[in-house]
Amino acid sequence: MNTTVVGKNLRKVDGFKLVTGGAAFTDDVLLPGMLYGKILPSPYAHARIKRIDTSKAKALPGVHAVLTYKDVPRVPHTTAGQAWPEPSPYDTYLLDSKVRFVGDRVAAVAAESRALAEQALRLIDVDYEVLPAVLDMEAAMDAGAPVIHDEPDSTKIFDREHNIAAHIRREIGNVDDGFREADFIFEREYRTQRQQHCMLEPHVTICWLDGDGRLMIRTSTQVPYHCRRQVAMILQIPVSRVRVIKPRIGGGFGGKQEMLLEDICSALALATRRPVKIEYTREEEFYMARSRHPQILRMKMGVKRDGTVVASHLQVLATTGAYGSHASTVQGNTGSKVLPLYRAPHLRFECDVVYTNTPVAGAFRGYGCPQGFFAQESLADEIAYKLGMDPVEFHRKNAIRLGDVDKLSAQLGEGKEGLPRVIRSCGLPECVKRGAAAIDWDRKRQSLPARAGFVKHGVGMSCTMQGSGIAGIDWAASFLKMNEDGSFFLQVGASDVGAGADTVLAQIAAETLGVSLGKIIVTSGDTDFTPFDTGAYASSTTIISGGAVKKAAEKVRAQVLGVAAKMLAVPVENLACAKDEVFTTTKPRKSVSMAEVALQALYQEKLQIMDGASHYNTDSPPPFCATFAEVAVDTQTGRVRVVHLATAVDPGVAINPMQAEGQVEGAVTQGLGFALSEELMLNHTGWPMNPNFLDYKIFSAKDMPKLTTILVETEEPLGPYGAKSVSEVPINGVAPAIANAIFHAVGVRIRKLPIRPEDMLRALYEQQPELKPEEALVTQ
Amino acid sequence: MKTMSLCVTVNGESKQWTIAPGDLLLDVLRREGYFGVKRGCEKGECGACTVLVHGKPVNSCLIFAAQVEGGEILTIEGLAQGDTLDPLQEAFLDHGAVQCGFCTPGMILAAKALLDRQPHPTEEQVREALAGNYCRCTGYRKPVEAVLAAAARRKVPTEVAR
Ligand code: FES
Ligand code: FES
Repeated sequence: MNTTVVGKNLRKVDGFKLVTGGAAFTDDVLLPGMLYGKILPSPYAHARIKRIDTSKAKALPGVHAVLTYKDVPRVPHTTAGQAWPEPSPYDTYLLDSKVRFVGDRVAAVAAESRALAEQALRLIDVDYEVLPAVLDMEAAMDAGAPVIHDEPDSTKIFDREHNIAAHIRREIGNVDDGFREADFIFEREYRTQRQQHCMLEPHVTICWLDGDGRLMIRTSTQVPYHCRRQVAMILQIPVSRVRVIKPRIGGGFGGKQEMLLEDICSALALATRRPVKIEYTREEEFYMARSRHPQILRMKMGVKRDGTVVASHLQVLATTGAYGSHASTVQGNTGSKVLPLYRAPHLRFECDVVYTNTPVAGAFRGYGCPQGFFAQESLADEIAYKLGMDPVEFHRKNAIRLGDVDKLSAQLGEGKEGLPRVIRSCGLPECVKRGAAAIDWDRKRQSLPARAGFVKHGVGMSCTMQGSGIAGIDWAASFLKMNEDGSFFLQVGASDVGAGADTVLAQIAAETLGVSLGKIIVTSGDTDFTPFDTGAYASSTTIISGGAVKKAAEKVRAQVLGVAAKMLAVPVENLACAKDEVFTTTKPRKSVSMAEVALQALYQEKLQIMDGASHYNTDSPPPFCATFAEVAVDTQTGRVRVVHLATAVDPGVAINPMQAEGQVEGAVTQGLGFALSEELMLNHTGWPMNPNFLDYKIFSAKDMPKLTTILVETEEPLGPYGAKSVSEVPINGVAPAIANAIFHAVGVRIRKLPIRPEDMLRALYEQQPELKPEEALVTQ
Repeated sequence: MKTMSLCVTVNGESKQWTIAPGDLLLDVLRREGYFGVKRGCEKGECGACTVLVHGKPVNSCLIFAAQVEGGEILTIEGLAQGDTLDPLQEAFLDHGAVQCGFCTPGMILAAKALLDRQPHPTEEQVREALAGNYCRCTGYRKPVEAVLAAAARRKVPTEVAR
């Protein structure tokens, strides 16, 4: 494609302020009279508040408000930042007389300093009736298990008596027939853990009332519009009285696709009529924010002797924690985005998402796919091995390809019937080819395990996909207006959460208008000043918001050309724009600069050149990814070191390849943690055991393997300039590629994440008892 | 509340502030408007709050402001000369090493401390120097590349080079 701005490695439009420490983030303001808000977390996994006395806290000088469930409206809602009507159950309250996990809200205070707020929390006197708790998802549906949501007014819960937040069963073809056709059937169980987002900027919100008494919410959110709607509903004030401002965000990864602090912080601001800030500490972030849904997956696949997959059946048990945020939708994705990777005619997905008295799960990069692909791609590797096939060959034979229609997606939309997915662009074969070459697959598959010594090397791979926006639901609007110097204001509701959306959207506008990137000034994510957008999630921003920007820019370009046509006295059809000017495409060449056009329009024609557009897609084109890992397994210590991770991704056209690579590398790094080190652990009473960076280990610069990033560009007809998406898909394949490489290295299958040294060693000893040191040596 | 006065030089300007003896350097700097000093964990684990004290990287969440009395502090705000960015800042932008940017000030300052004492580091040394600065966005490849590129680009005063 012949483009001048799109496809170029341009600097971030907001980069200058980020490298110079300019005030950019939510907390980078000092409001006069600002109070510090703090939430009293429940010390019990399940309890009823019998009595709560706030009088001592209120009497403390400097304390301006103490709120309990008695002081706030009771409106059942979901905190999931999803399009209305949200598919997640309405099972959450601003404050409640019952607490359902360690960390659940008991009360909230606002005081003149953080120390005073903390002191006030200690002065709140609470009598709890401690209830039996259920922490284990496998026990949650048992008869006699404590019912977590026994309140009468919550809605959209699938089966509250059995703690089932959501249940899914979908099938295409007939899986039972499929298994009858199969020559071999394989079935295995896999388990995944509670992973936390660990965005470097914790959740933070500042609320105040402006001069007109309107509620201002400055907050670290991926979903400003959903947040505005939800806060208005919960506090029972009109939407028009609320403004949500999203400044720069210090990472989201799904954790901020959630209305998390905005409601309670607003309630405190309304109660005190002073600005109030609530900022989670790192510890609070670990268990009072959100995490990835832990799952137990039973994967069954039927194959022909030649390796053709005929039927897949995936059964999932997942826990959403104490509240059902994203319960049905994350798990829906575990089926809809994973199973169709193989062209089997018979697919079935069944899932129960249960409540437990544990921290709440939510959206997290990959949105259910990392769990599903860990199961599917691990099993695929096992099948290929049993059939004597190279896993690369297995994928070549079975993977979805150009022109295919994925019918399962039609059955698993966002909480309702979705739309069938047609594959209009697919770079997966090329991804596999180039990923394999990068890791030297053919040679290493043959030679590596033979190496002597305690440290064994192996290589493994996986293939994965995702979506680009939610078909038929995600939509966005944008608005452009021209300034005297030929620059343009671009207003988008889209939320740049750090992934570079503002830059990519500005590149799309600049390309369409024929101006340089510096001529686009972006305002994003402010509900008073930017048009609607469902928000930054589901890999939607480039394709959906980008689509809206391209449409608006095309309309504005038509206006620019209209004015220029008069100035140059030529028909519009003979004009084009590029390099900040409008010129004739016919001889003789005549041109006017964008600035001249703007001046003419504004002062002669009395015309503000401006326009907006809305955009949505009826399909969600999948980006594809092939992941190749080389590992070194120390059979004495159990340490798994990833030596090299090669990721080849088909993102459609990369609007900014450097940024796209950055998305891949960030995703795989979170994938490495998911595979090898990250798990928020709870003790038997539901208390978090490792809510800090010392005990919850994310990868540092020193821990990283060699990363190879390959962009395999394809042209997606539904995307602006051919773009699909990139930020989620690369996380999906890391864990299975590593697990498969471990098998190649030491012949041991690991089916539970994360694979810490102790887990590796235990599996080694179980599956290869001869490796276990002699008893005598151990006991001496 | 008991207060005391603190005299420090921040980014070349001398400052006299009233603080409480228990105030953390992180809180004092942010309160005084140095927002480039980020709060990521307050436990010395993430490096987002890194500043240079006498040229050495320090987690400002781990020390009391009173401890730097008379000290010379460099925050990210003091690195560029007006609109002229430091080579590290330029390289971070050119290499796509900034995503959300929340870890960026700490990383750049940690890298500056490294380049000041080791103008031509190996990749290993860069990774070692950045090991205390968590980044959840980039996977570190681009920040490391940026530091190496900045090292190549930086004009090293001869006496330091020798
Ligand atoms: S805030 Fe100081 S190290 Fe994290
Ligand atoms: S760029 Fe976001 S934490 Fe590093």
